[in-house]
Amino acid sequence: MYVSNCSTSLRAQTNKTRAVYSLIIINKAGGLVYQREFHSGLHKLSTNDYLVLAGTFHGVHAITRSITPRLPLASTTTNPTTASHSTTASLSLTSPSGTTTPTASTPTASNNPNNPAANTPSSSAYSYPIPSVPASGLEFLETDKFRLTCFQTQTGTKFLLFTDPFMANIDVVMKKIYELYADFVMKNPFYQLEMPVRCEAFDRHLGSWLRGRI
Amino acid sequence: MAHPRHGSMLSFGGGPNDTATAEKPPFQNAPVPTASQSSPGLRVPSNRKTIYDRHLNRSRNAELSRASFAFLFSEMVTYAQRRVTGIQDLERRLNEQGYPLGLRLLDLLFYRTIAGSSSSSSSASALSTSSSTTSSPPNRPLRILPLLHLIHGPLWRLLFNRPADALEHSVSPDTPNEYMITDNDPMVNTYISVPREMSMLNCAAFVAGIIEGVCDGCGFEAKVSAHNQPSEMWPGRTVFLLRFGESVMEREKVLEKAGVK
Repeated sequence: MYVSNCSTSLRAQTNKTRAVYSLIIINKAGGLVYQREFHSGLHKLSTNDYLVLAGTFHGVHAITRSITPRLPLASTTTNPTTASHSTTASLSLTSPSGTTTPTASTPTASNNPNNPAANTPSSSAYSYPIPSVPASGLEFLETDKFRLTCFQTQTGTKFLLFTDPFMANIDVVMKKIYELYADFVMKNPFYQLEMPVRCEAFDRHLGSWLRGRI
Repeated sequence: MAHPRHGSMLSFGGGPNDTATAEKPPFQNAPVPTASQSSPGLRVPSNRKTIYDRHLNRSRNAELSRASFAFLFSEMVTYAQRRVTGIQDLERRLNEQGYPLGLRLLDLLFYRTIAGSSSSSSSASALSTSSSTTSSPPNRPLRILPLLHLIHGPLWRLLFNRPADALEHSVSPDTPNEYMITDNDPMVNTYISVPREMSMLNCAAFVAGIIEGVCDGCGFEAKVSAHNQPSEMWPGRTVFLLRFGESVMEREKVLEKAGVK
C-alpha cells in the first residue's frame, strides 16, 4: 500500500542515495523497543514523541491491514437467514482484538458496489486480490524527503526503516537487520521479551554493518 | 542441567559468519549399526544408529549448529540466574556447570590426541609411557606447561575448532602460580550483551569451569576464573586466570629437580 505526499517531520540535509536515516523497532503490543539514528542532521524528537509515533504507527498499520479490499467469491448466494447469521459472525471476525471501532465498518464500505444481501459475506466467502498473499498492512510510505519501509515479522514485531527515497535494495538491509536482531537480541540471555532493547553487541554489529555499506 | 552424555556433543563449530547454519543430522555419519536390539522410540532413532554406534574419533562432521548452542547456553545462563545473590554467585554457578564437562571431556581428549599421534608416527606406540626418551607426547601432562599447552591447543580445538589466542605466565614474583589463557572472542559470548549494571560478569565462567575440570582431572588442583579485558579491536576479549594450588607448585619443584618434562 502506498501513501504519498505526507507531511514530514524528518528532514535530511544531504541526499546520499544509499543513506539509512533511522531505525525503529516496535514490539507486538505497539510499544517502542528500539530507536536509533544513523544520519546526522535529523530532527530529534523527545522520547515521549517517539513512543507516541510507535503507538500511532501500530494503530495505523492495523487499520491499513483491515481495509485491504476483499473480493467476494462468486458462489456466495445466501438466503436471508444465513445472511443474518453471518452478519454477526463477520462483525466479530473483522475486529481483530478490538483495536479500533472503524475496523468493523470499513470492510462493508469497501464492499459497497455489491448488493446489500451479499454485502456481508461469511468468513470463507471472500478472497484477497492476490489470494496467495495474506493482508499485510502498510509496507511503504513515501515522501519526497524519505521513504519509510515497514517489515513485520511472523511474531508481530515491526521494523521501521527510514531511508533515502532513492535508495535501492532496502529489503537486503531489512533482512540483515532482522538477522542481527535474531542473533544478538533474541539469543541474549539478559534480554527480556517485549522490553526495550539494550544490547551492546546488537548496537555494535548494526553500526559497523551499516557503516560498511556506505 | 542435563549434561551431554558424550563429550563429542560439545564440538560445535561453524563458519565464521554464517550464524544460521542448518543443523546437520546428528547421526548421518554413523558407521554400520551394531546390534542394538531395543525398540525404536525417542531414545533410539529409527535407523538404529545411536550416538554409541559412532566411532569416537569421528569428529570431522560432528559439528553442531552454532545457533542451537547459543539458545541452549542462553537458557543455561537464565537458569543459573535464578536465586543468585550476586554476580560472583552467578559466575560460580556457571563454573559448576562447566566443571563436570571438563572432567568427562578429558578422557575423550586423550583418546583422540593419542590416537592421532600414533597414526602420524608409526614408531610411537599408543601405549608408550611418559618417559622423556620417546618422541611421542606423554599420555597425560605431568608438569604445568604441557598441561597449559594441552588446554591452549587440543582442548580449545576440540571445543571451538581453533586454538586459544595467548598463553602467559604471571609477571608478578608474588604469584608464580598464576597463568593466563586469552581468548579474543569467546564463542560462548558471541551473542551475549551483559547489561551495564552487571559489567563485571563474564559468562565464559562456564568455559573456566571446563578448564578447571580438565586441570583437576589431570591431577592439578586449580581455581580458574574468567575476566573481561576488552581492547579496541576485541571488545569481548576474555582472560582465563588459572591459579594452581600449593601442592601443585611443590610437586612442580620436585619434578623439575628430577628432570621430568
